[in-house]
Amino acid sequence: MVPTAHYLVLSAILFAIGVVGVLTRRNVIAMFMCIELMLNAVNLAFLAFSRHLHQLDGQIFVFFVMTVAAAEAAVGLALIVVLSRQKQTMDVDQVNEMKG
Amino acid sequence: MLPYFTLIVLFPLLGAFVNGVFGKRFPRRLNAIIGCLTVGLSFALSCVVFRDLLLLAPHERSITVKLFTWIESADLTVDAAFLLDPLSTVMILVVTGVGFLIHVYSVAYMADEPGYYRFFSYLNLFIFMMSILVLADNYLLMFVGWEGVGLCSYLLIGFYFDRKSAGDAAKKAFIVNRIGDVGFILGTFIIFRTFGTFNYLHLFERVSQQFPSPEVGFGLLSAICLLLFVGATGKSAQIPLYVWLPDAMEGPTPVSALIHAATMVTAGVYMIARSAALFSRAPETLLIVAVIGIATATLAACIALVQTDIKRVLAYSTVSQLGYMFLAAGVGAFGAGIFHLVTHAFFKALLFLGSGSVILALHHEQDLFRMGGLKKYLPITFWTMWVASLAISGVPPLSGFFSKDEILFSAFRLGHIVLWVIGILVAGLTAFYMSRLMFLTFHGERRIAATGDHGARSGHDDHAAHPPKEPSGLMTGPLTILAVLSAVAGFIGLPAYLGSSWLERFLEPSFELRYAQSAATEHGFTQEIVLTVVAVLAGLTGIAIAYYAYIRDRELPSRLAQRFTGFYSSARQKFYVDEIYDRLIVWPIARISDVLLWRVIDVHVIDGLVNGAGGLVQYWAGGLRRIQSGYTRSYATWVLIGAVLIFIYYYLVTA
Repeated sequence: MVPTAHYLVLSAILFAIGVVGVLTRRNVIAMFMCIELMLNAVNLAFLAFSRHLHQLDGQIFVFFVMTVAAAEAAVGLALIVVLSRQKQTMDVDQVNEMKG
Repeated sequence: MLPYFTLIVLFPLLGAFVNGVFGKRFPRRLNAIIGCLTVGLSFALSCVVFRDLLLLAPHERSITVKLFTWIESADLTVDAAFLLDPLSTVMILVVTGVGFLIHVYSVAYMADEPGYYRFFSYLNLFIFMMSILVLADNYLLMFVGWEGVGLCSYLLIGFYFDRKSAGDAAKKAFIVNRIGDVGFILGTFIIFRTFGTFNYLHLFERVSQQFPSPEVGFGLLSAICLLLFVGATGKSAQIPLYVWLPDAMEGPTPVSALIHAATMVTAGVYMIARSAALFSRAPETLLIVAVIGIATATLAACIALVQTDIKRVLAYSTVSQLGYMFLAAGVGAFGAGIFHLVTHAFFKALLFLGSGSVILALHHEQDLFRMGGLKKYLPITFWTMWVASLAISGVPPLSGFFSKDEILFSAFRLGHIVLWVIGILVAGLTAFYMSRLMFLTFHGERRIAATGDHGARSGHDDHAAHPPKEPSGLMTGPLTILAVLSAVAGFIGLPAYLGSSWLERFLEPSFELRYAQSAATEHGFTQEIVLTVVAVLAGLTGIAIAYYAYIRDRELPSRLAQRFTGFYSSARQKFYVDEIYDRLIVWPIARISDVLLWRVIDVHVIDGLVNGAGGLVQYWAGGLRRIQSGYTRSYATWVLIGAVLIFIYYYLVTA
């Protein structure tokens, strides 16, 4: 049986990749995918703990996260579509209208 | 009893409101009807009230009607209440009666002027405020009326607000009056501090308990009276605050007649007469009042001798006559002061209205030396004005003779011989300048050029060639009524040798003091008759000199002017009082305001604080705004840093 620590390490690695991706990539779609990666890294950690503690709470949380991720995908992709129509670009650094 | 007398106050307020708010859409005729009807109703009611008051026994003639409690706070209770007693009845009769006549006169006089509804609204508001002033039963409510009439005066002086001179005159009147008001209000504060009430009747009761005999030296009562008198000098145009009244002639002529001759300017005299219980216990202050009064009378009469503007002559004459009233109050003859107030209201209102009729007939020409020979064109104005002019000159048996004589005789009887002598001289001067005005206006030949270049607002050039003509009945009617009143009003105050003064007996309960009433009989009537003859002779001499100088020997005035150049030119320049005030008071204040208050305090301190606060925020914000770069990834980085910091914090705390 694979020890829980391995799952957690994998989850941390995936989450770190997601964070770095969000911070470094300028393409909106790539950033979006990285956010999904972070969410799923968290899901993995939830599941690992759920198995480790023999409780179902973590698995229920995972369903919630997946639902939220689905909603986020719908809203996020809509935003991306509008952005590409308005600016003809996928580069977030081109979009800094909110500069103070 | 008589509670309905409060309606006297209500009608003019109603008129002012209706005309002020809706009047613009009404036809002019309706404006005029509303304006006159409301005051007319007030006057009718005043007459009824007067009759009912006469039916009561003298000691019962004091009725208070409380409308509501105005201020209630700890020891201080002030009611909005009206007091009806002989003094306020006499005043309200004069105010509404003369006010009504002047309203009627204004209907025709203002017919060609813009802002007709505004004029009647202000005029009604004035009657309302003046009624409050004279009917109030305490000093605070009187102060409301006092300020209210000041406001109306300001609004009406500045009625032609498109003329700079009118605006300046209005501001001057307002500001000078404020100086007096400081005295008035401080006086009432000390009254409250000392006696714990503002109510006249309570106050006089407590005064007579605490000060059974007149105050010796200069004490609390003197301070109160002096401060109240400062207020009176502002409102009633006495030295040193008289300078606003001549300038107030910028207002329409009916306003000059109503506010700046007959009613408002006498408010100071009324207030002192109302406070007789206080003043009669402060002999030192009374003497100051008398001296200021006679000094003002003399100074104003001297200036009036040489003025060339018809309304300014009358304005200085008003100041001078008000001086007589203060002289009367100052020697303790409050009744005589009120008597002169009443007769003066009649003949001075008549003189102003007559001058208005002249001014209108000559298309807004006010220079005496461009008039002349108007006798045959304006017969009614001519005759009525002569009646008033002889009345003010003290020619028997016209009203001014009785009232002025009463004042002078009181001064003499109560031991102020010097004041009496000066008073006689001023009576001569009065007769002279009034006759000068009459001769220059109505006698001789016409000096006015038939060209249209006179008056600032001569929009009537096409009429200039026509001979001047008598105004309509709406104007001559009030003139005639006032002429009759000027002629016969004296009989309400007959001197002792002809019976006794009804007015003084009527007013007596209001004054609470019996100032040497029996003095006249001690010496018999010979002395009084001799003094009267002297006074009449002084008046007749003045008229005779004026006749000689302006009808017989026309060169005499200019010869005299050359002979006494110093006096002539300085009197012509109003003894440079305006210039002195300007230099000593206005200029320093303006300079301090400009150099110190504006350029240093305002620009650097006040603006510095305000701008500094803004600048500080901008400075900090300048640093903070860099964080809001607009780059999504930068925000994400900040979120990450925050998350990491929180993580570290909890790690450290739990560890």
